[in-house]
Amino acid sequence: MWKLVKQIVRTGVVTEPAPVPPDDCRQEAERIQREILQTLGKALTIREVDAGSCNGCELEIHAVNNPYYNLEGLGIKFVASPRHADMLLVTGPVSRNMAVALKRTYDATPAPKLVVAVGDCGCDGGIFGESYACVGSVSRVIPVDRVVPGCPPEPIEILRAILATVRAGYRQKDEPAPEVSVSP
Amino acid sequence: MLVSDLNATADRLPGPMPVWRRQVGSGDWLAAARSAADNNGRLVSLWGSERGGRLFVSAAYGLPEGLTWVELPLPEGAATYPDLSEIFPCANRMQRAAADLLGVVPEESTDPRPWLNHGAWPRDFFPLRKRAGGDAEFPGQELADYPFVRVEGDGVHEIPVGPVHAGIIEPGHFRFSVVGEKVLRLEERLGYKHKGIDKRFETLPAGEGYRLAGRVSGDSTVAYAWAYCMAYEGALGLRAPARAAWLRALFLERERVANHLGDLGALGNDAALAIGLAHFMRLKEDWVRLNKKLFGHRFLMDRIVPGGVAADLSAEGAGDILRQCDTVEAEVRALEAIYEDHPGLQDRFLTTGRVTPELATRLGLTGLAGRASGVARDLRTDFPVMPYGELGATMATERGGDVAARVAVRFKEVLESLRLLREIAKGLPAGPLLGTPAADPLSEYGAGWVEGWRGEIFVALELEGRERVRRCHCHDPSWQNWPVLEHAVIGNIVPDFPLINKSFNLSYSGHDR
Ligand code: SF4
Repeated sequence: MWKLVKQIVRTGVVTEPAPVPPDDCRQEAERIQREILQTLGKALTIREVDAGSCNGCELEIHAVNNPYYNLEGLGIKFVASPRHADMLLVTGPVSRNMAVALKRTYDATPAPKLVVAVGDCGCDGGIFGESYACVGSVSRVIPVDRVVPGCPPEPIEILRAILATVRAGYRQKDEPAPEVSVSP
Repeated sequence: MLVSDLNATADRLPGPMPVWRRQVGSGDWLAAARSAADNNGRLVSLWGSERGGRLFVSAAYGLPEGLTWVELPLPEGAATYPDLSEIFPCANRMQRAAADLLGVVPEESTDPRPWLNHGAWPRDFFPLRKRAGGDAEFPGQELADYPFVRVEGDGVHEIPVGPVHAGIIEPGHFRFSVVGEKVLRLEERLGYKHKGIDKRFETLPAGEGYRLAGRVSGDSTVAYAWAYCMAYEGALGLRAPARAAWLRALFLERERVANHLGDLGALGNDAALAIGLAHFMRLKEDWVRLNKKLFGHRFLMDRIVPGGVAADLSAEGAGDILRQCDTVEAEVRALEAIYEDHPGLQDRFLTTGRVTPELATRLGLTGLAGRASGVARDLRTDFPVMPYGELGATMATERGGDVAARVAVRFKEVLESLRLLREIAKGLPAGPLLGTPAADPLSEYGAGWVEGWRGEIFVALELEGRERVRRCHCHDPSWQNWPVLEHAVIGNIVPDFPLINKSFNLSYSGHDR
């Protein structure tokens, strides 16, 4: 351990304090995070389910966890099990080979079962469409509260959608899913 | 049959890469494979196609002089061909995929289990047959159980993992047979993300296919789009102008750095050095933000287009790139020193998930993971297209074959890519961004072959006229490397699996297609 500390001190580069906000993005992220905590009154737990994406959307969901957005830093956590999740973030066109696993994950998630479909493919199947192999949009398999268009949507869009979904709260399941993400 | 014989009667396909194409009779199919194996060649890909009511099987071999695409026409009414998996073990899953998609099967196959078809479509429906409509759906189909190979013995138990994993990871299933904590056997089941991409290509105009190719595996969007465009441009006799060629390399190296930065952070994290993750993720975010600022997309999707590129670099942007390369280089070197000096990290990295150079060669390990096991191949240095010839890229290799070696190759490749990026930013030739096609297509066949960050991406394209795709086959290097991962974990402890898996960081989507 002392070696690492010595190394950090010696290099003097990586020991800089967390990067100062380079733009509005980070400030907006912090505001969104605070609002989620105020609305929910507790940490929000999210389970990510890749139901067939090209992995591009996953890159951006990973980015939501980087120090600029730092979702986990304010108690919004990605969890390993759907049983611990308030919200599912689902990417894909849902492949037929994943449809059952997605449905089971949804069934295992306790109320309020918030669902955000991420990416053009999650919205409507995207470029892959519907076929012998693709079911298409997430909403063809499980109820969806909100969709985030984009290929892939940028991290700040994903954060906004998470916030809007939490704000809308324990919605009526039979309401149709909103078509667009909220503006900030 | 010698390799030179193999190519003597073959057509050189138009395009920047040395690619030949030839048909063989069933007697020569195995001979060609043996000759490739005997001449230090590798199987790059295997796939099936249908043309004029006949079925064909194709194999692409990577040889010292280039790539040879060998096509075997199957006799009228027949759907079998000689099995290649004895000569090239990595053929097994590719043959099973061709069986699921086209109904062409190896004679006396030792492994007839379906691979991509999990039961979502009927076993006698072959989506890539021409009479199979693009809009066929089978909503009532039930997924089938998969007959995993069981390991018997005292104290052996199985741990099934997936397809939905903990964490933000693509889906796939891993079946471990363990004694205590030690892994005796790992069997993968993939195909969960199969999206019918090959069939989808056939419903899009050929000029639009690059967008779909760029979404076969989103983390390699540049490499796939370039490979598709290379194939399409070759067939059409379209040449990307010099400035576009240089910008393509700039995009490809930026994609390589972005992915390596992400992996290096994740690998530190998997070995309990969270600070590594935080710093590398910050560097990666800065990196993709500059992509957005300069080229309009964080991952550079759709920036390589048929004939050239859809984004330019200004003098000011070149300055941004030079400055960013300097900053990132300083930080990466500092982090590399920390990784190397950290005993806890090295303890987790060294000897973990080892693939010896002998095993790597025998199983066909390729790309970044191959170079970490002494397989010295990199298309950027083996067959340098513009601008790699001018820039003179250096290949990074290691022989350790463990997690530490795969980490080391990534560090070296990041630094080399930073050098290439600076050279490109400084030497970018002036000129147009798009070329014009020849009056008539040169060929109905085209091939693209590009060294993505993970390894070689290969695209085989068959056109009908300018605008119709008869068949487009995209190959991800993960096809070769997934089976090797099964070997890499043997004898390791289960908790090291995530680390080993991450050190390969193979594509599910690119494989499942
Ligand atoms: S929306 Fe775009 S990035 Fe996301 S899965 Fe679809 S193709 Fe990939």
